[in-house]
Amino acid sequence: MRRQYVWIVAAVGLVGSALGARGAPPAMAGAISGKVTYTGTPPKMKPIDMAKEPSCAKQHATPVTTENVVTGPGNALGYVVVYISAGDPGSSAPSEGVRYDQKGCQYIPHVAVMQVSQPLEIYNDDQTSHNIHPLAKVNPEWNKSQPIGAPPIHTTWEKPEFIPVKCNVHPWMHGWFLVLTTSHYAVTGEDGGFSVKGLPPGKYTLTAWQEQFGTQTQDVTISGTETKTVDFVFKARAY
Amino acid sequence: MRPKTSVGAWVSAVVVLVATAGARPCVGQESRIGNLIGHAPAGKKVYRRYCILCHGPDGDGTGENAMWIDPKPRDFTLAVFKCRSTPSGTLPTDEDLFEAMSRGFVTTNMPAWLPLSHQNRADAVAYIKTFSPKWSTLKPGTPIAIPPEPAATIESILRGRGLFQKMECWKCHGPAGHGDGQSAKTLTDNKENPIPPYNFSTGSRFKCGVTNRDLYRIFMTGLDGTPMPSFADDLKPGEAWDLVHFLRTLQPLETPEAAIWKAWLASHAKDLKPIGPAGSGQ
Repeated sequence: MRRQYVWIVAAVGLVGSALGARGAPPAMAGAISGKVTYTGTPPKMKPIDMAKEPSCAKQHATPVTTENVVTGPGNALGYVVVYISAGDPGSSAPSEGVRYDQKGCQYIPHVAVMQVSQPLEIYNDDQTSHNIHPLAKVNPEWNKSQPIGAPPIHTTWEKPEFIPVKCNVHPWMHGWFLVLTTSHYAVTGEDGGFSVKGLPPGKYTLTAWQEQFGTQTQDVTISGTETKTVDFVFKARAY
Repeated sequence: MRPKTSVGAWVSAVVVLVATAGARPCVGQESRIGNLIGHAPAGKKVYRRYCILCHGPDGDGTGENAMWIDPKPRDFTLAVFKCRSTPSGTLPTDEDLFEAMSRGFVTTNMPAWLPLSHQNRADAVAYIKTFSPKWSTLKPGTPIAIPPEPAATIESILRGRGLFQKMECWKCHGPAGHGDGQSAKTLTDNKENPIPPYNFSTGSRFKCGVTNRDLYRIFMTGLDGTPMPSFADDLKPGEAWDLVHFLRTLQPLETPEAAIWKAWLASHAKDLKPIGPAGSGQ
């Protein structure tokens, strides 16, 4: 009796994965949207002194600040990456690339999200040399110079990893490559809002990551075409 | 019924244990240095006698002596190496590791391990490769091509000086190559430990060799794990040799390049524009 049951489960599983592998678009898709906020006192972002790099300094009317905690009105938290960390069977990476700019001696965007194997294109828009140094541990760590007017660097990451990026020449330059297996993710703006779309009915784990405050997860069940509202609240520490 | 299941469970537990133990370092890795084949089990003995006190039992660079050492011993679990013949972001060849071990690292606590036999060193290389799974999943890079060195001329040296300015080497290494550029004091390695840029006035040896070919390789592959990037995408081979010729004039050596440079400078010093933020190289 028990053995029969096991076979049935296995067969259902096989048929299910075969259907999934064919990549039929989901008949119904729901979404998760919400807002990321903080409680407590976030650290003050430090102004960056670019005096040693005049070509960059003159691009900023007001001094830019560090970006490790970006906040907006109503305790909103920006640059939080919200993504499906469990429940998504995964999908192949889109062929269009993710663009990452070095402009005014800043990384734009501060946090770049991409899928495993998705093309990443790194541009130097500045009148100064940069070196791009992704401090990967699971993926290979590399460090390349990109002088004035050099062509973009095309690359990919083959394993999921959250990779800090820095420029050694300009020590204030600091950013992130978030390499995910899922295509379902969103990055909050200064209003803290996000919307993760195109989710077939199912059970998911939603993770929110902030570079200084860490991660939070919530389980979400999507049925039909509903849009579930999920909010995250991070406890801000001043240091 | 019950006892049988229990025995089965024990058997599978033992099988799992044995399998996991096999996955741990040691078994399987080999190194090839020319005709020499190094074996990890033999390398483990070498490592535990000569390397473990700095690099640690797990190869993560936290041996008993590590706290007294700066720069810190290499963490082999990351499989990131400074001295390679291969492009930035790729694994070095076995020969690269063998040569680094044999040469030692000038200005660090890593000595030249010439007293060990070639076989001992080849075995140690094989064992070092057991500390990171990358050695099983990735292949070493293809060594970069280094064309024959053209003659060192004053034109080549001056072009190299222009590149030292244009590539902004001076931002870390300083206008005179003394390791005192504007970013020098802020540099950290991949473990956030401070690391100074190379000071060309200190002598004749680099961390990754002594010859002009070594010097070419250093800036074309970059020293992975450090702030020194690869310039392979930015310099053509001819330009790279020009830069080599200029860099040799920054060292306190009686090299052919230095002789040409001094002779030229005696009558042309006034023509040179300074290197640095306001200068344009020449």
